[in-house]
Amino acid sequence: MPKSNGNLLSVKDLRVYFKTEDSVVKAVDGVSFEVKRGQTLGIVGESGSGKTVANLSIMRLISEPPGQIAGGAIEFNGRDILKMSPRELRDLRGCHIAMIFQDPMTSLNPFMRVSKQLMEVTQLHLGHTKEEARRHAVEMLEHVRIPDASERIDSYPHEFSGGMRQRVMIAMALSCKPQLLIADEPTTALDVTIQAQILNLIQKLKTETGTSVILITHDLGVIAGMTDYVTVMYAGKVFEQAPTPELFERPGNPYTKALLQSVPDPTSEQGKLFQIPGQPPDLANLPSGCPFAPRCRRVEEVCRREFPPFVRLTSNHFSLCHFADEVYAESAT
Amino acid sequence: MESNTQPLISIKDLTVHFPVRKSLFGKRQTVKAVDGVSLDILAGETLGLVGESGCGKTTLGRAILRLVDPTAGQVIFSGQDLASLSSSAMRAQRQHLQIIFQDPYASLNPRMTVSQIISEPLATFGLARGAERTRRVQELMQQVGLSPRFLKRYPHEFSGGQRQRIGIARALSVDPSFIVADEPISALDVSIQSQIMNLLDRLRREKNLTYLFISHDLRAVQHVSDRVAVMYLGKIVELAPAKAIYARPLMPYTKALISAVPVPDPKVEAARTRIMLEGEVPSPINPPSGCRFRTRCPYAIDACASVEPALVQILPNHFAACIRISSRQPDIERVAPGAAPGLNHQAAHLHA
Repeated sequence: MPKSNGNLLSVKDLRVYFKTEDSVVKAVDGVSFEVKRGQTLGIVGESGSGKTVANLSIMRLISEPPGQIAGGAIEFNGRDILKMSPRELRDLRGCHIAMIFQDPMTSLNPFMRVSKQLMEVTQLHLGHTKEEARRHAVEMLEHVRIPDASERIDSYPHEFSGGMRQRVMIAMALSCKPQLLIADEPTTALDVTIQAQILNLIQKLKTETGTSVILITHDLGVIAGMTDYVTVMYAGKVFEQAPTPELFERPGNPYTKALLQSVPDPTSEQGKLFQIPGQPPDLANLPSGCPFAPRCRRVEEVCRREFPPFVRLTSNHFSLCHFADEVYAESAT
Repeated sequence: MESNTQPLISIKDLTVHFPVRKSLFGKRQTVKAVDGVSLDILAGETLGLVGESGCGKTTLGRAILRLVDPTAGQVIFSGQDLASLSSSAMRAQRQHLQIIFQDPYASLNPRMTVSQIISEPLATFGLARGAERTRRVQELMQQVGLSPRFLKRYPHEFSGGQRQRIGIARALSVDPSFIVADEPISALDVSIQSQIMNLLDRLRREKNLTYLFISHDLRAVQHVSDRVAVMYLGKIVELAPAKAIYARPLMPYTKALISAVPVPDPKVEAARTRIMLEGEVPSPINPPSGCRFRTRCPYAIDACASVEPALVQILPNHFAACIRISSRQPDIERVAPGAAPGLNHQAAHLHA
């Protein structure tokens, strides 16, 4: 496969729309981001921000209709996923890009033994024989630290706890050594102590195998600990992109700033928390200007009237805001 | 809280056991969801209750309100034991004891308007009727930050955060003195969580409410609470002022819980070493003997399997249930290997 400038994946101006009875919901509207080889990209955003839809599009898992990829390109290893044949897509999904979801119970087949589900993957994609596939499956379960893997492998998903099921999902996702792992809120349904175990596991596997990761989450703490680069999404748009340390230290967008401030900090005094007023926008009825304007502290007349520019603050830090430079400068102090 | 430290609710040895049967002809077993909890909830305070899923925190909250019947123990509220009241006597008490649920989608009747939802408790307790009732509903909506214009709307027309406000207005309608807030922010977006936390805090001060704030989110609990209780497998294992529990957690379990929470600061994340807990919470059907945390505890010694640790005061107002620490030696890291300075302490406590 042709290599392209260190980027494993680049999503360019992606638009994903959903037709409803009386309107068009622009779930993802002109989103671009890149994943470099061996890197972890964090995508942070609230519900309805488009983070999941964007990533389902990478796997071409948007059901059409009602959905429709209305524009853009998704280049993986230099090839546009949006132009692939169904056969190429099948190859891509199992082998090169793998995905794990928030709720492992709904992603595993409840009627099938874990062994069969794990073996299917390598039998299909790597041409393993039954024996090879089983040996490989046990190895994978041991790899994700499931105790007594050779016995537990013949259990059904319901016989595992939530954390164990997520480990099984990760084992399955990594079976064919994918180049890209998309983890969509992989720990949101888990307890903090189990979350720490799973994140640790993903981190370890990443360093061992060199897999690139897209980590989708609403938890800024997880972003801080796990990612190299962050994309902040709101209302189907990219609001800010920056290397992780820079984003936390010098946010260049009022929305990112407000999000960071509204997380309670245990080391500071109790009292009133910073709050973002209002509600997340209705994607079917977006205001004409900046979609965050109704909730923004830095709002001015121009924000309600004109859609903001995507401002380049440094070589790899971008912000969607009329006052990006000013907000960025303020953050430095 | 400082001015008024009378307990509003006094929980004594509260136990909730659920019978389960693994198969049709299988042995009858019991899930010990709450197993001997004693706790005072002080008038005017927010008591935070944290723990992992399955630790019994929700069951404890519901047992206090008699939404599940306690197997044993007492819940003393204004001189009466709620656990032994008849159901009609209990119904009269419910006016003072309300609950806010986690899921704002499941806890509102989709076929009732906002006005009907908020006024239902008023009708049940015969508190207001006619125009007075409408006026009360409008006032409540304003207090929780909803426009009274929405009076005739249905729950599906609102976002998650707004629905949670409706649930709060419903709980407040009967002027309760005590509210169990069971994971009130877990289902909400980050930007909405802080709105609801601020609202709950403002209402508490304005209406002189007392909260039991149940959550698995340690950051949130620490922020809103005066005191925090940590629960593990049906028992309270640590209880302390919110600041102290974060600044100086005593129990290895609490330390691990706090260290597992990711901090939104890449520098802190890169520098810190996590206390990784091995394995998962054991089954509450057959909890480990002695200290229930011992199977995952990096400091466990043989004695932990035989002695069930009581919740004793280690530092001023700071209680913990661990035989490996004592008021003389509260830092478990500094205790000599194999030593259990709390054992005598515990024995004394048992004889007292």
